Amino acid sequence: MNIIEKILAKASGKREVVPGEIVEANIDCAMVNEITGHLSIRYLQELGIEKVWDSDKIVMVIDHTVPAASVEAAELHKIMRRFARSQNIKYFYDIGFGGIAHQVMVEKGHVVPGNVIVGADSHTCTYGALGAFATGIGSTEMAAVFIKGKLWFKVPKVIRIYVEGSFKEYVTAKDLFLKIAEILGENGANYRGLEFGGPTVASMNIAERMTICNMAIEVGAKTGIVEADEKTLAYLKYRTNKSFQIIKSDDKNSYERSLEVDVSNLPPLVACPDSVANVKPVSEVEGIEVDQVFIGSCTNGRLEDLKIVAKILKGKKIKNGTRLVIVPASQEVYLEALKEGLIETFISSGAIVANPTCGACYGGHIGVLASDEVCVSTTNRNFIGRMGSPKSKVYLASPATAAASALEGKIKDPTTLRWAS
Amino acid sequence: MKIYGKVLKYGDNINTDLIIPGKYLTLTDPHEMAKHAMEGIDSSFTEKCKDSIIVAGENFGCGSSREQAPLALKYAGVKCVIAKSFARIFYRNAINIGLPAIECETFWDKVQEGDMIEVDLENGILTISDKNVKVKAQPLPKFMLDILEEGGLLNLLKKQTRK
Repeated sequence: MNIIEKILAKASGKREVVPGEIVEANIDCAMVNEITGHLSIRYLQELGIEKVWDSDKIVMVIDHTVPAASVEAAELHKIMRRFARSQNIKYFYDIGFGGIAHQVMVEKGHVVPGNVIVGADSHTCTYGALGAFATGIGSTEMAAVFIKGKLWFKVPKVIRIYVEGSFKEYVTAKDLFLKIAEILGENGANYRGLEFGGPTVASMNIAERMTICNMAIEVGAKTGIVEADEKTLAYLKYRTNKSFQIIKSDDKNSYERSLEVDVSNLPPLVACPDSVANVKPVSEVEGIEVDQVFIGSCTNGRLEDLKIVAKILKGKKIKNGTRLVIVPASQEVYLEALKEGLIETFISSGAIVANPTCGACYGGHIGVLASDEVCVSTTNRNFIGRMGSPKSKVYLASPATAAASALEGKIKDPTTLRWAS
Repeated sequence: MKIYGKVLKYGDNINTDLIIPGKYLTLTDPHEMAKHAMEGIDSSFTEKCKDSIIVAGENFGCGSSREQAPLALKYAGVKCVIAKSFARIFYRNAINIGLPAIECETFWDKVQEGDMIEVDLENGILTISDKNVKVKAQPLPKFMLDILEEGGLLNLLKKQTRK
């Protein structure tokens, strides 16, 4: 069996499972944010449920509109706080104590290898970076999970993605995923799991693995996953007390198909409007004028991302007429970035640094786009109207490409940036 | 379980941001969500969607896990969604909130906007009433039909907890 089959078999008390089989799996951890959680909470109340299945296995995070940007948003936050208090939810990350849920889940040790984790957010697949099976579900199913601690899954077919070669400087995990999106297409992995492996993935840090697993949903995948290794153990050492077992694939014939990608000659890429699969080398779209650059999100708002950005921005000013919004993915990332002097570099370059929130990515707040505006963004979706006006345009790119574009005021290949300061 | 309605036809990759843009995610009343259904792609949708059946291409509902997307469609008066394929989270959400969703690869080419059609979920048969055209779709498994019969998973759970 492959890693996904093994995890689902273990969680459903079976020796073996096969693709297409429907299993009922025990849930190790369930996460909600305020946008999806308020519906789950209402449903539980309608059902008259007095106690959730396990108040220590539920993680609640306020992250979509932080701090509240409207009365409506504030009301959702209030619903979350009241529920967390009334149910004695141990892990409730209120404003100031967490950040973007997917970053919080990983850095606070809620994700460990071999676990089955569900989240009422599509980017829950991010947790595959640590070798867990994690997938997004809706609010009604989450209410059912809160009651029973179980959920049905159809065992997915799995596509193995074998990555080899070394990245050129300023070519990153984001560019790798955009390449995969170009190959697979917007629904190329629908109902399927993606297992990432090979020497390049082995050499990636956890932040980079999170970026590729995070975007698995963008090609329709149920989850993305990387087998846990020494790097995973090192990452988790001071972050979790949970016991866990590392699970690995052991059957090369358990994949629907394999895809091989060599990153040695991979250029920086962008996904042009309005699809993640509309991918082009940055060099082909260089020169398009940019109104806003956004750097952040559950895809690319980690310390490692911000370090690349700071390296490019250090001692320079962004182009007059272009605005740069930088949002660290969590309070922890924000504080580390502050200690390392990155925030000072950003502010000195003319960037605005905002607190951790999902806001800009889904067109909620902190960086909403006007009509006809162009944004280069390190987020994960460039659907029509995703970040604001339906007439705005979003180019998805790596933090390096985003930073280079902010300096030039135009889409810019970071590998050919002139270093005149 | 049989459903009748008028066809509203859309293409591939109709994502959740088109079905209900992110700025409406703070709404709590499904009737309010319904006022913005498909706002991202079809500004006249709410004028014509009562008792309609959406027939779409590949990957309907891709993107977010927001249950607000199928809720907005259901409360706007959409009776059923037929697509060549669905994004998996949307599909589960639709069934769970009681919006029938059924896959059929070949129906899209045969049907036109405004056609009156009948959907037989149990047997997986799609019929265009005036054209005497019948197309076989993937029938829904019993546990999903049970959820839909009750109008959603929540109602089914209510019934089960009462027992």
